[in-house]
Amino acid sequence: MTNRSSVKGPNNRPPIAVLVMALIAVAVLALPLVGLLQRTPWSSLGTTLGETATLEALRVSVVVSLVAAGASVVLGLPLAWVLARLEFRGRALLRAVVLLPMVLPPVVGGIALFFALGRRGLVGRALHNWFGIDTLIGTTAGAVIAAAFVSMPFFVITAEAGLRQLDPRLESAASTLGAGRWTVLRRITLPLMAPSLAAGATLAWARALGEFGATITFAGNHPGRTRTLPLAIAQANEAGQPEAAIAMSVLLIGVSLLVLIGLRHRWIAPRQPQPPSSQETSPS
Amino acid sequence: MTVYAAASLSEAFEDLATEYEAANPDVDVRLNFAGSARLAAQISAGARADVFASANGATMSRVEAEGLTAAPPVLFVRNRLALVVPIDNPGNVTELADLSDDSLVLAVCAPEVPCGALAQAVLNDAGVDADADTEETSVRAVLTKVMLGEADAGLVYATDVAAGGDKVASVPLGPQIRFNDYPVAAISDRAVASDFVDFVLGPDGQGILRSHGFESP
Repeated sequence: MTNRSSVKGPNNRPPIAVLVMALIAVAVLALPLVGLLQRTPWSSLGTTLGETATLEALRVSVVVSLVAAGASVVLGLPLAWVLARLEFRGRALLRAVVLLPMVLPPVVGGIALFFALGRRGLVGRALHNWFGIDTLIGTTAGAVIAAAFVSMPFFVITAEAGLRQLDPRLESAASTLGAGRWTVLRRITLPLMAPSLAAGATLAWARALGEFGATITFAGNHPGRTRTLPLAIAQANEAGQPEAAIAMSVLLIGVSLLVLIGLRHRWIAPRQPQPPSSQETSPS
Repeated sequence: MTVYAAASLSEAFEDLATEYEAANPDVDVRLNFAGSARLAAQISAGARADVFASANGATMSRVEAEGLTAAPPVLFVRNRLALVVPIDNPGNVTELADLSDDSLVLAVCAPEVPCGALAQAVLNDAGVDADADTEETSVRAVLTKVMLGEADAGLVYATDVAAGGDKVASVPLGPQIRFNDYPVAAISDRAVASDFVDFVLGPDGQGILRSHGFESP
């Protein structure tokens, strides 16, 4: 094996077995994509993607995933703070419950949502009786709830890790200098954890964008309201329209790749908190 | 022997396979159930199927047009549409025309899949303008939403009503002229493939299919 200039010292030279296993891993992960791309009808791609139904599904996907990601941040940030900063009995259990949707098959989430928010569900009955909300099937609100259910844990776990990595001395220094708890949170804590907030929000958004099982189970499949790109792809596949399914898959892959590439510095190589000058920047 | 059959044939073909194996102890019938379009795509891609039973004629025609059938497809059963409601009928649905009520939560199959195409045709015939709240890609997903009481009404196949047990009731639709036709064809030229097709078309096979709610053509 030649010693590349980027490899410094014999300890960094990987054993051949490691390289072989890594190559197999790359093949497992990348081959399906290659297979899809070589079957993509590039010449008619524009026509398929320009169809009203596709654009409608794209619009629903964008709206649902952004609102779900927003809800994940607004509700998930306080939850991450509670998990990272408060000592209480049952914290480990609470964390497990919060993270459960990450490992649960989404269809289980969809069924569970029925028994909670369905018209005959635990809370759904009250929604029906008090607010006259008849059903969430076929409504964009239902699709957002399903997407938030599966995506919020990704934000919570990332934000909690970010909070734990903060140097608590910076916050106590601010308190010592007379800053109130709210000011410390707003001026010190949030700006310092901005990279993990951004990474968590983007992860949650990406998960919401790809959400399928909970959505179709709980919110149903209604064009223009709950039919997101993944639902439209599955439907095209079931209906024997592989070209449409492939074209929309390529679109979804393109969007996801852009996000992951945009995130690579924050997510893949998280840096130390920035120098104190960054404390003046407001959280965005 | 491998039999590819539409998802709506699941229970009936499990019984057919058991019966066929009992009569032919040296044959092991393996069943693969999925949506007809997906099965057809797998056969086009070179899957080793001996028999294909589709829930719709167009899908079978595509397989036949590609020269993948060993013998011409034969119509073996038909299925009719059924209107199901939760057992307590919260939407007070008593006839097909009630489905035009927009406040009703209605579940149907997507128009691209056979049960959705049939539902659309029956609604058009009756001049009922129904706005579905959800278009499922599987007829059983429609049934589930009705069983849970999350939908006030659903359009499924007559053969699905039994699977709803005591949670759903079926609303009579009156005489129907529309059916979903199920063709079957041997894909491989093995003798056992055409023999199984003959069994499905014969009196024993038809009896089993009728016991599951299918109608002989």
